[in-house]
Amino acid sequence: MYKVKVYVTLRENVLDPQGTAVKGALHSLSYREVQDVRIGKFMELVIEKSERNVEEIVREMCEKLLANTVIEDYRYEIEEVVVQ
Amino acid sequence: MKFAVIVFPGSNCDVDMYHAIKDELGEEVAYVWHDADNLDEFDGILLPGGFSYGDYLRSGAIARFSNVMKAIQKAADEGKPVLGVCNGFQILLEAGLLPGAMRRNNSLKFICRPVTLRVENNETMFTSLYELGEVITIPIAHGEGNYYCDEETLTKLIENRQIIFRYHDENPNGSLENIAGIMNETGNVLGMMPHPERAVDALLGSADGLKLFQSIVKYWRVKHVVTS
Repeated sequence: MYKVKVYVTLRENVLDPQGTAVKGALHSLSYREVQDVRIGKFMELVIEKSERNVEEIVREMCEKLLANTVIEDYRYEIEEVVVQ
Repeated sequence: MKFAVIVFPGSNCDVDMYHAIKDELGEEVAYVWHDADNLDEFDGILLPGGFSYGDYLRSGAIARFSNVMKAIQKAADEGKPVLGVCNGFQILLEAGLLPGAMRRNNSLKFICRPVTLRVENNETMFTSLYELGEVITIPIAHGEGNYYCDEETLTKLIENRQIIFRYHDENPNGSLENIAGIMNETGNVLGMMPHPERAVDALLGSADGLKLFQSIVKYWRVKHVVTS
């Protein structure tokens, strides 16, 4: 089994109105150090082992559905877990 | 002319669309469920607004994998008019039938009110009954209508006159170039955030949307008189 963490964020050149609002809120809480806030999505997938390469499957799922690559970037972490 | 109103789980403007076609336009119309295989009997395809699949993940992201989308792609390839309104537009973007993507409104608010639009191209099957530059009033109702595409795509949209409607008096959502509606390169797939089906009778506050549907019928009639 694999535990896969997928992170999806708006591309850097795409304005993130949620992130901008949260940055404003942090500033009003006097966290002046905050330069930028980007809001994204975090997904956890549990994937069974198969003949196919797991990374290939994850990348395919990100491209097809989990991220919209017109406006979003994605990255992932794959961890193999042993099932008792 | 016979229209299909595609119904996804979570569509909620399907009844408005049906009413506009049947009662105001006076054409044939039927609801088609999202798992349908075949749309061959229909002359025009309408994707209504709403919140298909609860807008989970992204608006339209899950609906685009519905079974009926294969038949919609086929209808689009055959040159039939395909109109996506609001969530219908978002589904067409996710499906790649139209270029670009939607972001959340820059105000982060769901906006529901009439807006003014400018008709940017009236040489299309959807807008031939409008004047070029005509300003019309049509309601919007969305939280994610902030249109985005990369520069290369935008240049193409402008060069091919694929931008059909722009927000006129104000830009309610932050969309690129005030874009409210675009069509594909071949000119038979239109997506727009404003709801023409909600503006088909003066009683509703505006009848400016009716000409869009009448344009489609006019196009269809002319084409079928000429070719048959």
